[in-house]
Amino acid sequence: MFERRRKKVPGLNTTSTADISFMLLIFFLVTSSMDTDKGLPRQLPPPQQEQQKEVELKVKERNVMEIRIDADNQLTCNGEPTTPEALKERIADFVANTANDPTLPEKSIREVNYFGRCEVSDRHVLSIQVDRQTSYDAYFQMQDAIVGAYKQLRNQLALRKFGKPLSRCTRDEREAIGMVYPQRISEEAPTATEGDADQKGGKKS
Amino acid sequence: MRGYFKRKEHEVPELNTSSLPDLIFTVLFFFMIVTHMRDVDLKVKYQVPQGNEVEKVEHKSSVTYIYIGRSKTPDAKDGQTFYIQLNNKLATLDDIQTFIEKEKESMSEEDRARMTVSIKADKDVPMGIIADVKERLQQSFALKINYSATEK
Repeated sequence: MFERRRKKVPGLNTTSTADISFMLLIFFLVTSSMDTDKGLPRQLPPPQQEQQKEVELKVKERNVMEIRIDADNQLTCNGEPTTPEALKERIADFVANTANDPTLPEKSIREVNYFGRCEVSDRHVLSIQVDRQTSYDAYFQMQDAIVGAYKQLRNQLALRKFGKPLSRCTRDEREAIGMVYPQRISEEAPTATEGDADQKGGKKS
Repeated sequence: MRGYFKRKEHEVPELNTSSLPDLIFTVLFFFMIVTHMRDVDLKVKYQVPQGNEVEKVEHKSSVTYIYIGRSKTPDAKDGQTFYIQLNNKLATLDDIQTFIEKEKESMSEEDRARMTVSIKADKDVPMGIIADVKERLQQSFALKINYSATEK
């Protein structure tokens, strides 16, 4: 008598769920930023301790390439005016020093994976000096040239040694190549030309 | 016998769409996880330089952004041309260190190890500002940086 009647639960109409989720999907597609950030990755040196500052590393003149950009964005390399494109070639020649020119940087013999004992260009220094008024664009073009020069050298070496471009080398192979052509860049604090340099440098606020 | 070969009248069965929502939800979740929402509204205008050797920035979750550019609202009351923006507000150089520390704290162990600071600066920013920013980054041991740029 008290037996429950079997009621049929009506099926939920889910035809519009697809539309709703489509709307959500489109919303996310539109609002999310798919743009990938691109740029020039660089590594900063760790902060200098006070005592370390006084120990100036003596570097032989032949090992140093001075790259400067003045307040008017004029790029100079060892005192001669140049362009980023020319700078790239110069850096590549400078670091590689294929003919062991006595005016170009020394090399040392090191044990490197895959290469055995070989000549390594680990003495050179690219010394960068900019002005506080130098534009970021000029600086960036110079950094781009430096990265390009190293990349060109490493790529050449990879092709010669492993028969494939650097981008297809394994991590170990890349490390070995990085040992042959290490990036040695020293950046000095920018020089200030005029009195208003500090204010423009944002130190005020 | 004849009746056996007679064509049966059969209806075209309706397409079963009950699993369609699940399918779309899966795609939706995929997009929600993969993309990250732009969570800053820019208060500075900037145009990044162009370079030949630019690379894609990997591991988005470990990237912190510093924007440097001209102010969008011209209120030249303090005579400054270029501003630094961290997160959603304009900041000064001294805010960078605390900002980096906070960002570091909010990251996972893995991301912290490969933390990268991407500097999105305008072409015309004087190097003085950039050098100061870099100095602050050095002091807070955020040594991996990235000069944001577009391909030439």
